[in-house]
Amino acid sequence: MTSRRNFIKKAGVLAAGSALPLSVVELSHANTEDNFTFAFISDSHIQQIKGNQFVQNWDRGLQRAVAEANLLDPKPDFIMYGGDIAQIGTAAEIDHGLEIMSALRGKTHYVMGEHDYYLDLGEHWSKRLGDQYYSFDHKGVHFVVLNSIVTTEEWTNKWSSGEERMGVMAGLDDPRGSPFMVGDVQRAWLEKDLKAIDDATPIVVFSHSPLQKLFANWNFWTDDAEQIQAILGRFDNVNVFYGHVHQIQYNQIGNIKFHSAMATAWPWPYPNSYAQATNYMPKLTVPMNRADPFFERDATGWQFIDIHSGKADLQYILPDNDDRKLAYNKDTGRPEDTQYQVKQKASQKHY
Amino acid sequence: MKLLTKISLVGCLLFGANVVIADEFTQETVDEAHAEFMSVVEKGRGLFVDPNLGSNGVVCAQCHPNGANTHPETYPKFQKQLGKVAPLWEMVNWCIRNPLEGMELDADDPDMAAIQAYIHYERRGVALAPGKK
Repeated sequence: MTSRRNFIKKAGVLAAGSALPLSVVELSHANTEDNFTFAFISDSHIQQIKGNQFVQNWDRGLQRAVAEANLLDPKPDFIMYGGDIAQIGTAAEIDHGLEIMSALRGKTHYVMGEHDYYLDLGEHWSKRLGDQYYSFDHKGVHFVVLNSIVTTEEWTNKWSSGEERMGVMAGLDDPRGSPFMVGDVQRAWLEKDLKAIDDATPIVVFSHSPLQKLFANWNFWTDDAEQIQAILGRFDNVNVFYGHVHQIQYNQIGNIKFHSAMATAWPWPYPNSYAQATNYMPKLTVPMNRADPFFERDATGWQFIDIHSGKADLQYILPDNDDRKLAYNKDTGRPEDTQYQVKQKASQKHY
Repeated sequence: MKLLTKISLVGCLLFGANVVIADEFTQETVDEAHAEFMSVVEKGRGLFVDPNLGSNGVVCAQCHPNGANTHPETYPKFQKQLGKVAPLWEMVNWCIRNPLEGMELDADDPDMAAIQAYIHYERRGVALAPGKK
């Protein structure tokens, strides 16, 4: 804990001039030597203007997260990237984003986002990063990465070009979009992948969209979420980490704990601030503070995660706000904000 | 039945509304005004997702899907960073100048009217709260 505090101090110095987003997650085990941390960066939306010109605002968000993640002490075992490294998924954008990411010291795993995918159906992303869904084991924890942003073949194939298809899917509020899903192929793969895994093994799943249904209009949603939750239902400890929503969200459904990542690019409004549609946001979530439009990094961030005994504590590194920490509460058996929930600190209202 | 309907209709007109109806807008007039308004709302939506509104391809809807988190019902309001009470159009220009790295619009530019029409339309039904933080 002390060394993590040291990290925050260093980051505080770094953050004095501008703001940087980051999060860390820790999973715990009975054997403390099996505890470990990883960093979690997401949603950088690297956007090309033309040639070698990119939107500086989004570049700076990712650069800051990378710089801060490199300062982590203890050093995280690996880094996860939660998807949407690009804005419209061109090779130039993906390559530019990966170039910034290449400054990270440590192994990095990637999740596919819709902004990386719908131009060429993930071709360039896969050429650079490999499989779109996969699993790996680390210190007794089974990690699964899903591509949760695919949709029906009918929708995917109805456009005259990849550019047109991406143009529609890249608009969060574009009514011509289509619900995200994991789909039959990956669900069958997931069942097979988990078959030999013991119920007591901690499972961590990464997806870009939430594997729960929160708000259809902006695809804070995965259409086959219930089917995936059912596949994960038999395990004692399941944590799902996702990007896409550009805001703090956490929830618990049965045995599954859900945690979102902040974006390094820009924040999104909470669904309740759109007055014309209903939402199913988790009651457990204490929202992040409202973004100050005058500070370009406000309400962005990154996270680091402590994994201990199959539980996850998540630290949100926020440039212009107090950092937020979510920790598993043994007494209530759910993830809680250590300040806002446990100490009943008032949070800012969104409207 | 038809006769009864007619009688009750006349009853409504004469007594129910209890107002002079001669100068009431016709449905045609109401529809026409609405169609004009909606055409400007649609133009505003177009500007909200137009990569050429600014200079760097960033669009309003990237941060404000469905115009959310713009809080048009709270304007005019005091903006500490501007040091004054500002109307909505000044904040629209702030966004055009900063995240979009573009040129400000005049307050009475038809494009500015369209952007505000779209923002207000997406926020319809929410009570006015001028000055609200």
